[in-house]
Amino acid sequence: MVTRFPPRPSRPRGRLRILLASGAAALALAAGSVVPGNPFAPAPQEAQAADGKSTLTVAVAQSVDSLSPFLAQRLVSTSISRLMYDFLTNYDAKDNHTIPGLATAWEPSADKLTWTYTIRDDSKWSDGEKATAEDAAWTFNKMMSDEGAATSNGSFVSNFKKVTAPSPDKLVIELKQPQATMTALDVPIVPKHVWEKVGDFSKFNNDTKFPIVGNGPFILTDYKVDSYVKLKANKDFWRGSPKFDELVFRYYKDQDAAVAALRKGEVSFVAGSPSLTPAQAASLKSTDNIKVNDAPGRRFYALATNPGAQTKDGKKFGDGHPALQDQKVRQALFMSVDRTAIIDKVFQGYAVEGEGYIPPRFGSYFWKPSGEQKLAYDPAKAGALLDEAGYKKNGAGKRTGKDGKPLDFRILCHATDPNDKAIGKYLQEWWGELGIGLKVDCRDNVSDPWYAGEYDLAFDGWSVNPDPDFVMSIHTCAALPAKAKETAQTDNFICDKQYDELYAKQLAEYDPAKRADLVKQMESRLYDTGYMNVMAYPNAVEAYRTDQIESITTMPSDAGNIYGQDGYWSWWSAVPAAGASGDSSGDSGSSTGVLVGVGIAVVVLAGGGLLFAMRRRSTAEDRE
Amino acid sequence: MSTESTPALVKGAAGVDAVQTDGPAPAGPSARSPRARSTTAYLRYAAGKLAGAAVSLFAVLVTSFFLFRLIPGDPVKQMTGGRQVSTEQIAAMRKEFGLDLPLWQQFTEYCGNALTGDFGTSYQFRAPVMDKIAEALPATLLLTGTAFVIYTAIGIWLGARSAWRNGSAGDRFHTAFALTLYSVPSFWLGLLLIITLSVGIGPIPGLFPTGGMESGSESGFAYVLDVAHHLVLPVITLVAVEYARTLLVMRSSLLDEMGSDYLTTARAKGLRDDLVRRRHAVPNAMLPTVTLLFVNLGNTVAGAILVETVFSWPGLGGLFYQALSVPDLPLVQALFFIFAAAVILMNTLADVIYPLLDPRVGR
Repeated sequence: MVTRFPPRPSRPRGRLRILLASGAAALALAAGSVVPGNPFAPAPQEAQAADGKSTLTVAVAQSVDSLSPFLAQRLVSTSISRLMYDFLTNYDAKDNHTIPGLATAWEPSADKLTWTYTIRDDSKWSDGEKATAEDAAWTFNKMMSDEGAATSNGSFVSNFKKVTAPSPDKLVIELKQPQATMTALDVPIVPKHVWEKVGDFSKFNNDTKFPIVGNGPFILTDYKVDSYVKLKANKDFWRGSPKFDELVFRYYKDQDAAVAALRKGEVSFVAGSPSLTPAQAASLKSTDNIKVNDAPGRRFYALATNPGAQTKDGKKFGDGHPALQDQKVRQALFMSVDRTAIIDKVFQGYAVEGEGYIPPRFGSYFWKPSGEQKLAYDPAKAGALLDEAGYKKNGAGKRTGKDGKPLDFRILCHATDPNDKAIGKYLQEWWGELGIGLKVDCRDNVSDPWYAGEYDLAFDGWSVNPDPDFVMSIHTCAALPAKAKETAQTDNFICDKQYDELYAKQLAEYDPAKRADLVKQMESRLYDTGYMNVMAYPNAVEAYRTDQIESITTMPSDAGNIYGQDGYWSWWSAVPAAGASGDSSGDSGSSTGVLVGVGIAVVVLAGGGLLFAMRRRSTAEDRE
Repeated sequence: MSTESTPALVKGAAGVDAVQTDGPAPAGPSARSPRARSTTAYLRYAAGKLAGAAVSLFAVLVTSFFLFRLIPGDPVKQMTGGRQVSTEQIAAMRKEFGLDLPLWQQFTEYCGNALTGDFGTSYQFRAPVMDKIAEALPATLLLTGTAFVIYTAIGIWLGARSAWRNGSAGDRFHTAFALTLYSVPSFWLGLLLIITLSVGIGPIPGLFPTGGMESGSESGFAYVLDVAHHLVLPVITLVAVEYARTLLVMRSSLLDEMGSDYLTTARAKGLRDDLVRRRHAVPNAMLPTVTLLFVNLGNTVAGAILVETVFSWPGLGGLFYQALSVPDLPLVQALFFIFAAAVILMNTLADVIYPLLDPRVGR
């Protein structure tokens, strides 16, 4: 039996060489040849598109859930709705105060229950029809009568009694109760003549017929799931046409890939979700032609306590730690949180120290504690407060209650949020020094234990709207669940009579200044009770190419953010940089694409031909 | 004298009649049994495999329903988290999605509808689940299919070569190189490719798009080229990470064949070494590789979640990730079922095809 192999003939060696050579050629071709200045290299970013059209490309990560403004819930989709359809009112980019939108003026009746809006006469739908009060009335009535149409904005109309349009320029809304948010109805108004043909509102996604009829600053012209959303400037928009001809939202599911696309110039703007990481921001700051916009955010990041979960009718449930029902304990915990360290170490400077409940960017509602009221970082004072509350340190340095049990808390943390985990570690250390144990309970799904009231503390955070009604309402007694563990509007089962009285007053107060004062009183009350303590306002960190975007409006206009504004200011105002198409992935990029694609096709064909020839030859030899 | 390789096998697989007289006749039913009997046996074998597949499919259907209900979290709560919704709206959503029904009733409805190909409506996209899948499937098939063809070809070719020159420097290099790439996380490799070949570093210019499947401005043939352009980096990533498996299986099964007598005979006839490998050894070593190919083929449907994410490829992998994060039960269930079904079907297909490749199987 022969197990040895005969010496290799020399032919295959030669063939191997050919194959290796062709492989190398294929790689070189596919890679577009690694020589600078080769024909496959992309054209410079500044290149002007052949047709002279300017395009603003925005990297987004979120998938569009629906293009129907009645169903859309995600930030990306609602932002696009804002661009497609006009709202009754808008928020001023400078300071968020209400300014005209589709409505030019509005007036409440003396009894505060009827609002009359004057609808502008210079707004046209993109199919040429005029936008009237009839469209607005139809939109609101549809949401009031059809559950499917109430999916995303139903809460705005829940207090509406009747909506009518007595004339094309008059819209009348009758309320059940006075409602101060009538100038903050964030509802896209749709064209009646198009939408009345829709059958099932719960299933209609508005994504099959393009362009989509709208009257906003942009008209949606094309959409491909998880690839792109394309909009073109509405030249007839009553406030004036946007400066860019085209606005494209392009999908980057990976944030690092999106940052790479910005570096390359494939996209003009990256926001990240919700922010660029400190590392990404730092590396982009040192890149030419890129500006990092480090803006005050609209979110707050807070420490929440479980004050004892309960239902509307006062039935207790959950297993929140009883020690936290003592205000002194809650305040002691907060006083031993070194917020400066959190800003520096965890947020790496991309956040502002938290105080009041509403972030400083909403100037008219921003409140901060006075010197005396402020719970400044003071571990010694925190220890004294705990002593007062009856939780003294034992011999082992642990705080124990009167029953002798050591003080141990759990804190709910979002497993997907690295900030929660990092801050959790700091809290363990700081509270540990105080004599309190802490278990950081990180979960993918925090909402179940949260609704069940099965937590002691939690990392909490909300995005705040220009109108603070919603974030204030989630701490009223009315927001408590009807039944134990049921989903409800409450955030932390807070129910405080004094807070509720203030809430009711502000909702019925139509004078903006007086209302703002009441809101600040509520924030003050919330701060004192210590159920919710704001640790930080994380910044919105985003970046854009200055060789593609000359200028862009932030909100608030001095030092504000760009992505996810309340309004359409950023994209409506963006001015193309001189000579830039802002679209390197368009014509210039595609010619590269064509060349490389041809290269690949040639390689594949050549490789196939070579293999075929070799086979022919080998079989010929075999036949010999 | 070895009897491990049967003449019938060599003949059946390679079509060479050179070793008819080498060694004793094979044991068991011979290839010369009456054709009718052989066909009946084959049909019985195939029917058995198909029945097994049907049972597996049903098991997957049941599992897909219950498995994802073990994920903690109420989908309605997850979906409405952070939004202004009233309790009435939440109740209405529960009712709309059928979540208010008892579990057994949800299950029977799910099974009944699944049989007709109706997997319900996606919670987050408010569209029929099958529509969402149909939207994403072509992208996944294009990406993973292209990669499959390439890594299979490279894997088989290099595997056969490595085994044939077992222990040589080339063998050691190919095996080590393939294993190194195999152990590299695909998203990391993808990001490296984006940073180098897409954005460009130093003298390397940016050549390929950073993500997506199309630039959205092309049509006709330009569109095809545009997609091909977008396809290059994700395919390279997938191929780099995947070809090692085929290489290793091919290499080890060819090594098993290496000492066989029929190869000696073939050489004794004076056939060139290259022909002995290609015509005699490789076909006989293909069976384990074919199994792997079919498993891989099944996986092409599931796509490559990480690679699709890094390259923002609009395929099923990304869809599955999004569905899991809600959890969007109808979508998760349907995707899980389809992924599993593809693998089951491909395995069954492999089982059914085996006897045609190797007459010893299925008798």
